[in-house]
Amino acid sequence: MRLKIKAMEFGYGSVTILKDVSMELAESEVLGVVGPNGAGKSTLIRCIDRIISPQKGSILVDGGEIKKMSSTDRAKKIGYVPQGVAQVFPTTVFDTVLMGRRPHFGWWSRKEDNEKVLDMLELLHLEQFAMRGINELSGGQQQKVFIARALTQEADILLLDEPVSALDIRHQLEVLNVVRKVVKERGISVMISIHDLNLASRFSDRLLMMHNGTIFATGSSSSVFTPENIKQVYGVEANVSRHGGRNYIAPDKPVEE
Amino acid sequence: MSTSSETGTKVRLERKKVEQSYNKYIRKKIYYIILFFVIVLFIAGIAVALGCFPLSVSEVYSIIFQGPSTETLGEESVWLLRLPRILLAILVGFGLAAAGTMMQGTLKNPLASPFTLGIAAGASFGASLALYLAEGEVYGQYLLVGFAFLFALVPTLIIMLLTSFRRATPETMVLAGIAMLYLFGAFQGLVQFFSSPTTVQAAVIWGVGTLARASWSHVSVAAIVLICFIPLLMWKAWDVNILDAGDEAAESMGVNAARTRVIVMVITTLLTAGLVCFTGTIGFIGLITPHICRMFMGGDNRFLILVAGFFGAALLLSADTVGRMVIAPESLPVGILVNLIAGPMFLIMLLRKKEGYL
Repeated sequence: MRLKIKAMEFGYGSVTILKDVSMELAESEVLGVVGPNGAGKSTLIRCIDRIISPQKGSILVDGGEIKKMSSTDRAKKIGYVPQGVAQVFPTTVFDTVLMGRRPHFGWWSRKEDNEKVLDMLELLHLEQFAMRGINELSGGQQQKVFIARALTQEADILLLDEPVSALDIRHQLEVLNVVRKVVKERGISVMISIHDLNLASRFSDRLLMMHNGTIFATGSSSSVFTPENIKQVYGVEANVSRHGGRNYIAPDKPVEE
Repeated sequence: MSTSSETGTKVRLERKKVEQSYNKYIRKKIYYIILFFVIVLFIAGIAVALGCFPLSVSEVYSIIFQGPSTETLGEESVWLLRLPRILLAILVGFGLAAAGTMMQGTLKNPLASPFTLGIAAGASFGASLALYLAEGEVYGQYLLVGFAFLFALVPTLIIMLLTSFRRATPETMVLAGIAMLYLFGAFQGLVQFFSSPTTVQAAVIWGVGTLARASWSHVSVAAIVLICFIPLLMWKAWDVNILDAGDEAAESMGVNAARTRVIVMVITTLLTAGLVCFTGTIGFIGLITPHICRMFMGGDNRFLILVAGFFGAALLLSADTVGRMVIAPESLPVGILVNLIAGPMFLIMLLRKKEGYL
């Protein structure tokens, strides 16, 4: 197991956000995290990368307790792309991806750091944008640049917080294909929160459904995305059908209170 | 098989191209640093030959190359007036611009400068208080420098205290700085209300900023201040670049965002305070020089600190030289001329600039 969380709890003051969260992330696995707004998806992801500190429980990465690692060591184990941030003073795509080498060099990039950036630009087909300002790119391309930046950290775990929520359908598919590609080629493990249940179902190896700060269900698409689960967690009547080996979730109407 | 090896070659070519254009892009930045350094030397070379004491260019340079001496009036005017004033202009211009660059970078705010954070207001209040307390006394000048320096640190100290209770987000820090600006503005108004008109006038001139009191002791202190703090800023420049990706992303790359912000703030405050206590508040340089340079340099602070520094030095030195000449033998305070020159220049650049900063 790359990542193992046991009985984690997080809250602000007297308000508990996450309760008794236990989960695992295997090698070369895409774990889709779904759940309604406020279910604790982002909070869970931020706890794992120690952006915020859980009050209870343990988070083990490759068997080591994450809170005992230095920030640089942690950055070599976990990459994280937070939800959209606008840069005030935009940099070039190359320089942005180079930032991911921060845990590996102190102040001035070595040739090997630049090589890693080139590798990543190549892998995600971003070469033609290398010298462009990040602000000149479309939302989907920017998201790929941020993923490239996290990947140049050379961490085995990648956390993506709703990377496709703000994108059109083409860019959604492009970004998620890129995620699948790096999982296949680099053997990394990805934890990704997605609002769109159909995309989550299609691009994840396994799903984790959250509800009110707890893990409500976990497993394959067929076992997690049942009409009963969707009704309980989202308060929505939905039909689930199956075509060509994929599950399709069609939300129908909100459940009458 | 042949098609796959062809695409392989194509990819390698593309990769080579990207690598080359990136190296070119870095080289261009280094050339800019050298260019602006040469420009500063060039302007200094002209400035030293200008002044109200009648000396020809060749006389000026022979006085300089003979080494320090103050036997004749000409030697005195070069060695005691022109040279320290020119050097102080370069050091102060460099320091304020470098400090402004890093302030904007860490606070992720194009309006931030050491002055928006109340440093200037603190220094001005200190100066007014010193002028009031030591009106007409001989020790007044020392008290002025000391108070200006000390009170320039106070707003930052208060902001630090606040951020030890609350997380140091850029927004809180900028807003707290603006609160300091008004608070110390009020203190200053209060002191001036009870001061004599001549004292108020002296305080006003100090507030505008002038290099007229430049001396070798000022130059050496300013030089020490730069030697101490510019390398520290350079050291933090790469982390400040990463802060622009957002605090959470920066943390995930191993940068402690809040701590970096506090460190940079302390360094820039000491740097600014150590310079403006001699010259008064020359505020605009720290705000606009980084912007102007970012337009052609991009946002990488490792290079921007140096280019903005030399640009600031060139700007302050040119402004002061013009100020020495226009109403010679009197000289206009450099703060007025900086604002007169840089204000319109900045507006024109804003009109011409492309989207963003690249």
